[in-house]
Order: sequence, then C-alpha cells, then structure tokens
Amino acid sequence: MLAGLAARTGIDVAILRVVFVIAAVATGGLALLGYLVAWAALPSMDGASAPLALPGRLPRVRGGGRVAAGVGLLTLSALLAFRELGIWWSDALVWPLVLAAFGAALLWERSRADSTVDQPARADAAPRDPSPTRLTDAYRGVFGVLLVAGAALLFLSSNHILGGLRDAALTAVVVVVAIALILAPFLWRLGRNLASERAERIRSQERAELAAHLHDSVLQTLTLVQKRADDPREVAALARRQERELRDWLADDGHRSAEQSFAGALRRLAEKIEDDHRVAVELVVVGDCELDESVEAVLGAAGEALLNAAKHAPEPGPIRAYAEVEDTGIEAYVRDRGPGFDIGGVPPDRRGVRESIVGRMERAGGRADVRSSPDGGTEVSLAIGRIPARARDSR
Amino acid sequence: MSTGLPTVVIVDDHALFRAGVHAELEGLVEVRADAGTVEEAVATILREKPDVVLLDVHMPGGGGVEVIREVARDRPAQRFLALSVSDAAEDVIAVIRAGARGYVTKSISGHELADAIGRVRDGDAVFSPRLAGFVLDAFHGEIPAAEVDPELDQLTRREREVLRLIARGYLYKEIALRLDISPKTVEAHVSAVLRKLQLSSRHELSRWAVERRLVE
Repeated sequence: MLAGLAARTGIDVAILRVVFVIAAVATGGLALLGYLVAWAALPSMDGASAPLALPGRLPRVRGGGRVAAGVGLLTLSALLAFRELGIWWSDALVWPLVLAAFGAALLWERSRADSTVDQPARADAAPRDPSPTRLTDAYRGVFGVLLVAGAALLFLSSNHILGGLRDAALTAVVVVVAIALILAPFLWRLGRNLASERAERIRSQERAELAAHLHDSVLQTLTLVQKRADDPREVAALARRQERELRDWLADDGHRSAEQSFAGALRRLAEKIEDDHRVAVELVVVGDCELDESVEAVLGAAGEALLNAAKHAPEPGPIRAYAEVEDTGIEAYVRDRGPGFDIGGVPPDRRGVRESIVGRMERAGGRADVRSSPDGGTEVSLAIGRIPARARDSR
Repeated sequence: MSTGLPTVVIVDDHALFRAGVHAELEGLVEVRADAGTVEEAVATILREKPDVVLLDVHMPGGGGVEVIREVARDRPAQRFLALSVSDAAEDVIAVIRAGARGYVTKSISGHELADAIGRVRDGDAVFSPRLAGFVLDAFHGEIPAAEVDPELDQLTRREREVLRLIARGYLYKEIALRLDISPKTVEAHVSAVLRKLQLSSRHELSRWAVERRLVE
C-alpha cells in the first residue's frame, strides 16, 4: 500500500514507511487502522504502476518490500498491544530497538539489491540510466545508518548512562552493537562480491588452461604436420599421437588412467612403441588388475613382442594387441600381419624372442608361444596364472 | 545372398568426411546418396531404400540413434552400419542397442569398409576388435544367478572364443580355420552375440544405455 502511495507521490517508500511507523506510535495505533483502510481502498502496486510509473524508482519496489512492511507493522501493532496490557519492559528499551531494526532492515535491503544488480540475469536492465537508483540507494543507506545510530543514542540517553563512568562498558557494548549493525550488510556484500569474483577467476583460469592445452598440443601438431607434409608415415604418426593425447585429455579430464594398473601400463607401452617406431598399434584390454611380479613379466614380454612386430612387420598395419585379465590369470596376444619368420631359423645370438619373451614368461611361471606363417603374420601368445585377489587377501 | 554391388546411403554431418568415404568406396559399393542431418537422412533413406546405411554416431539433433529410430518406424528391416571417430563404450553400445548391425571406426580402410558393408547387407554382424573387447568386458563380471537369463545375459563358451579371436585381430575365415568350424558358423555366433547385446538386461549394458538416455 505504501509502495503504491510512494508511486503516486514520488516520495521514497522507505520514507513513507518510517513516517507511518512514527505516526502509528504517536497516535497509539490509530494510524494502523488508517493503514488497513487505505490498503483496501488504494490499488495495489502492480495495478497502479503502469500509468503513473516513475522510471528508475519503481523497479526497486517489489512484493518482498511490501511483505516486509506488513510484517513490520504487524509486529508493531503486537508491541503496542503488549504495551497496553502491561507486558512491557520500558519505552527506553523497546523504541530504540524498533528504530535500530528499521535502520538495519534498510541497510540489508540495500545491500541485497546491490548484489543482485551484478547478476547476469539482470543484464537486460543494465542499459537503463542507473543514477536515480544509485541516488535512492545512497540516501537510503545514510538514512539507515542514521536510524541505527539514533536508536543507539536514544537508548543511551533515555537510560541516563551517556555520561556515567560506571556504565562505560555498557556504552561501549551498545556502540559496538550499533556499528556491527551498520557494517554487517557491507561486510556481507563484500563477501558476496569476493565469492563471485573468485568464481569468475576460476572460469577464466579454465579457459586459459584450455587455450594453453590446445596451443601446446593441437596447434603444435598441425604446424608439424604442415612441415612434414612430404613424409606420409611421419604425418600419420604425428596425427595418431595427437589423436591419442586429445582422446585421453577429453576422456579423463586431464587425469591419466591409474598409473599402477596393468591396462594403464600396457597402454603406455603401446604408445611408446607407436611413437618410437612410427607404427600403429591397436590395443584392446578386457579387465584390469594391479601390478605385481607376474603382471610385470607379461608386460615385459608383451613390450618385447610389440617391439619385434614394430621392427620386422610394420606393414601392413596395424599391430594388434589384446589382453584379458581374469581372476585366475592373464592372457595377452600380439599379432602382426607382416611376412612372418621361421622360429627355428632365428640365430642363437638373437635373444629377443628366446630370452625376453619365452624365457621371461617361463621364469615367472607362465608360458609363451610364437606362431608364425609366411603369409599369415606372427602372433605371440602369453599366459600366466594369477593368485586371485580374494585368496591373496585371506592369507 | 544378393548379387551386384551393395547400395549404400552415407549419413554424416561432415561433408568432407562424406566425400572421403565416397571416394574410398568408389567401385566397391554403389553409393546412392548422402545426407548431413537427421531429417535429411531419414527422408533420403526412405526414398532410396539402400541395402546398407553408413551411419555417423555423433550428429546434431539426436545422432545416429535418432536416425535408426525414425527409419525403423517405416522400414524396420533397414540395415545400418555405424561408423564413428569415437570408441567410447557408451557410444558403441548405444548405437548397437538401437539396432545397428555393426560398428567400425573411421580409421578403417576402404576395402575393409566395403567388406563390412557386404556382410551387413547379407544380414551378418560386423564386430571390430574394439567392439569385441567391449562386449567381453560387459559380459565379463558375474551376476547373481537368480537374475541371469541364460538366453540373453551370458555368452556361451564358443561365443566367447569367437569374440576373443576377433579382439585379437583375426578375420572371420581365420577364426573358422582356427576353431575348425565353418565361416557361416562364425557368422552365426557373432549374430547371436549381437542379439544378446541388443536384448540383454545386464546392468553394464543398461547403465551405458541409460547414460545415453536410450531407456525411457
């Protein structure tokens, strides 16, 4: 209702509210009756605002303010009723309290409005000339401060303790409370602004990280690809490595798969072979487990098999590696489609297959088979038993 | 089964990629048309009635899954072969469960792709080594015996063997040789696995499907 009146008269609603409260107190509650009548008679804010709108001032008044005013008036009437009934401390305590509450309420409302102006949702309102709103805010703020300070003074003087030395402590307490009431909303707003600034900073940091990542990886690779355009194998290798890195980055959000797992270690092995020898390795892993001795043996042998394939049978790619981890054991296969070779014809000084693959697996308690045929390529099969995790735990 | 070159419609939102596939398949299949959006694809497929649709998984407006759904209403027997840069499990599983008969990655060579198209035309399933790996992974864990539908939720020993060999990079005829069965039997095993993949309620599969909002 007061908001509606404010819209008609052009006087700030906060002033009207305070004036009204004083009137209500002075007339012993009669003004409350007047409020009810006027509330019923006058059109509501929403209806009246359109034809008589005062730009810049109206948007500050919302339903929340009216509700607050209503609640305040109800409280006030309750206070007056208590006073009549004799359930009362003293005028010297209650009225300063009421004034202080009003001042604090004004300051709070102001700081809330300030912080919502910064929200992106209200960006559409930004082009409007902000000065009337600023002005209202400013003198509303001053008014709030005066109210709280006045309430403190009123309290002190009406209790005759303004000059009393023995009540100096009480004076200090009251002053501190008053200052706290004044400063609280500003501190709160400061906190809000800091939080939103921090959020913005995190966002821009993420953007910068993304830009840096793309710059270091994709752009560098594209530059290299242009330089090496005459070497198809090099270009393919560069593109492949970049693809892999980008996939990892997208999939894991920057975190690589667990360092200590079999699948992760095998993947790194395959990547290293791809990079070092400019070949394509297609790796499929089913299941996973932690690293231990027997797992290390499989990794070592598989790495050697991949290396052999990369050296002796890079074409036609890709080299395929498959590993499956079961509770009872691990199997791994490395297969190429190269020319194949005669295992019996490998000279004894070439220790690759015999030592690094077969020997390594046998020492660890597993086995390795090499199948090779002149046009079917070569496949190295590795198998090793595992102590199931459950059994190991129960020991 | 059918004679002559398989007829194909290529669906992909990247024109460059469509042109590349077109060139690679020159003389190997008969490319009838191509399409770059979901609506265009549905209209083109219903008009051309190709043997096989080469379908990109990721497209604006619902992707390959949406194309399969829309087409299935008027032409439920249409065969799709999914083609993607992604080898994320949820993508593979989603498009297979929507009804595609195979999944290959875009790095596949022209001849391999033409071979895969031929097999899909003949009603067979096409599993890349990676897809075989996913399926083995998804059917890997134990599930409570009471919840097992042996028809759908478990792979037979033979199916597992076939999938393992696919994952190791064996061609179907090499698998047949290795397991001493006929290539047709290998095809039958793979098709059976595809059916299980589409119908099983195993929670790994359901989870992937839910993540892609397939189960509504």
